[in-house]
Amino acid sequence: MSKLNVTRRGVIKTGAVAGAGLALPTYLSAASHSGYTNAPTGSTVTLGFNVPQTGPYADEGADELRAYELAVEHLNGGGDGGMLSTFSSKVLDGTGILGKKVEYVTGDTQTKSDAARASAKSMIEKDGAIMITGGSSSGVAIAVQGLCQEAGVIFMAGLTHSNDTTGKDKKANGFRHFFNGYMSGAALAPVLAKMYGNDRKAYHLTADYTWGWTQQESIAAATEALGWETVNNVLTPLAATDFSSYIAPVLNSGADVLVLNHYGGNMVNSLTNAVQFGLREKVVNGKDFEIVVPLYSRLMAKGAGANVKGIFGSTNWHWSLQDEGSKAFVKSFGTKYGFPPSQAAHTCYVQTLLYADAAQRAGSFNPCAIGEALEGYEFDGLGNGPTLYRAEDHQCFKDVLVVKGKDNPTSEFDLLEIVEVTPRAQVEYAPDHPMFAGGSLGSCNPGA
Amino acid sequence: MDAILLQILNGLDKGSAYALIALGLTLIFGTLGVVNFAHGALFMIGAFCSVTLQRILNISYETIDPTKTDFLGNPAKIKTPYVESWFGPEMGSSIIEWSVPLAILFAIPIMIGIGFIMERGLIKHFYKRPHADQILVTFGLAIVLQEVIKYYFGANPIQTPAPDALEGVAQLTSTIVYPIWRIVYFCFALVIIGAVFAFLQFTTFGMVVRAGMADRETVGLLGIDIDKRFTFMFGLAAAVAGLAGVMYGPINAPNYHMGMDFLVLSFVVVVVGGMGSLPGAVAAGFLLGILESFASMKEVITIVPGINQIIIYLVAIVILLTRPRGLMGRKGVME
Repeated sequence: MSKLNVTRRGVIKTGAVAGAGLALPTYLSAASHSGYTNAPTGSTVTLGFNVPQTGPYADEGADELRAYELAVEHLNGGGDGGMLSTFSSKVLDGTGILGKKVEYVTGDTQTKSDAARASAKSMIEKDGAIMITGGSSSGVAIAVQGLCQEAGVIFMAGLTHSNDTTGKDKKANGFRHFFNGYMSGAALAPVLAKMYGNDRKAYHLTADYTWGWTQQESIAAATEALGWETVNNVLTPLAATDFSSYIAPVLNSGADVLVLNHYGGNMVNSLTNAVQFGLREKVVNGKDFEIVVPLYSRLMAKGAGANVKGIFGSTNWHWSLQDEGSKAFVKSFGTKYGFPPSQAAHTCYVQTLLYADAAQRAGSFNPCAIGEALEGYEFDGLGNGPTLYRAEDHQCFKDVLVVKGKDNPTSEFDLLEIVEVTPRAQVEYAPDHPMFAGGSLGSCNPGA
Repeated sequence: MDAILLQILNGLDKGSAYALIALGLTLIFGTLGVVNFAHGALFMIGAFCSVTLQRILNISYETIDPTKTDFLGNPAKIKTPYVESWFGPEMGSSIIEWSVPLAILFAIPIMIGIGFIMERGLIKHFYKRPHADQILVTFGLAIVLQEVIKYYFGANPIQTPAPDALEGVAQLTSTIVYPIWRIVYFCFALVIIGAVFAFLQFTTFGMVVRAGMADRETVGLLGIDIDKRFTFMFGLAAAVAGLAGVMYGPINAPNYHMGMDFLVLSFVVVVVGGMGSLPGAVAAGFLLGILESFASMKEVITIVPGINQIIIYLVAIVILLTRPRGLMGRKGVME
């Protein structure tokens, strides 16, 4: 039988070690001092820009980074102020955020979820970033959004178009300004029906990941509601480069429309392959064969070259818009960098301003206070007309652009023409819409 | 029936690229005994030779057109390629339009040069090192090469279209059409493969190389400097990969990552064909290309979901289990 020896010294030692161990995590978190993660204590505040600096979306990431640098310059009172002068809220005065000069750190998502989480984690833990923003992929956005929720910082999503980002994977600490698959479908379908008629048979090629699935579901539902029939949907591997074996069966499928639910390199290659196979010269069911690319990006359109001519799609924003906000942003960006901004640059710039504005209005960097300031917030002057940050899912609701590949581009930037500005009311949906079901925001995490 | 024929054509297309890359890979392995993971990067550099020539031909002078404005509202700058001002607009634009076929001539010396520098500057130091070391160093080289290309050309794909005369589709039967350029690519691959085989089979140089592949030491004992010939073969293999890349540009727009996309598949092709076997590499390239195409058919995916992503590896496993030296591999080589 063993004998338990309890001594005063032993109890003190054990107690001290146990106490220190329990207190360590709380000590390491700045939240213990201020009530939230990475509360700024000096004269500066640090934002974390997490963009693809390597990998297939590096060009898009570079454009995002340019926009972030421009936003920081404007917030700190530099440059011509860009959209600060057109923004409906006037609380930002060029003196940083809440009197603190804005600084930033950057991370490389590599367009890989694990790398993006690692770089976001590093920016939060090592660099003291109080907000994370950026990205060019829905998979990455969802992964980083989850991390920010756990870490207790705000995530202002960059380019992410999957319904899931503000659907089943939405989080209280995450906010999306960019539009989504449902909105693309709702905006695009009526234009397609008007241009190509209601009696069409559509064949879908869909990238086999979260964005592709929700994009396909959205555009199929929207076009079927207008009388189109979806004859086939083939999932293509994300790593696919040659789509000829997926395009060839379309030729004799009876379909008269090909919908390419692809983005980035997938879109460039599948569209190039579809044009090579002569689909655009084909007549099926007595109608001209048509190709549709639901999500367009000017940078990707450039990659696809002349193949985009006459092809319809949708986009969140375009530099040729003539509202005062867009003109101010294009002027600032174009003067600084020598070319017009992409839609990715626009959404990232706007997200930074919206975050700064929310902190300024809330009078705090506490993520919960900022979240509250963004929820249900109505604003204008940032390039998309009157916009609402809906409280129920943290999704922005605004006009959506239906665009078409330009037949006679006048410059290397002049690739898309705006066919229609679809009003916000047409792309709105209920928070409990089935395509967005399955998740909940949960409660805000300040990291305390 | 049409669907099957179309997938066979597709497979031959894909197989052409696989076979050309695998031919070079197996040539290098057979002669130098080096497992060259930078071979995909050579394919990519070939494609960018075509991009480079296209850019050279498009070097322009600028004039101001006061009647037009740019995106900032300033007077627009109109660019006119020097080629058009030198040869006239019609001739100049034709030269630019034919930049991909012209890039074949441009790429051959560049690729042979790159192959020579690669072999003399780096790879020769790894001849006597284990295959793992060779794989590591060539894989590292591939990453360096692709990052260099990305630095200069960006991450986005860059279109290198085929000449207008070779764009569009050919009517093969009353119901089957097929892109002309893909047919051109297949024929081009056959010509290159045929030329390489003829070179090895019907020239003295080729005979020595084949002898060296069979027994390097004995050839050396006969007083022949086999190393020099093998260095040339490395350059030849680089040129074959580069030409495959040049001609592939109009099929899929060149991007910095395209070499990596093909590399693993091409290695599987080499292994399935038999390490060091040239006919094996070509046969396996076309075979796996065709199988991959059939596996992409909706009817097949419905029965075996995901088969389109694994078919090549599945076939490789089956072949290696039943025939470890590959389809046409020599006994004792990587068995």
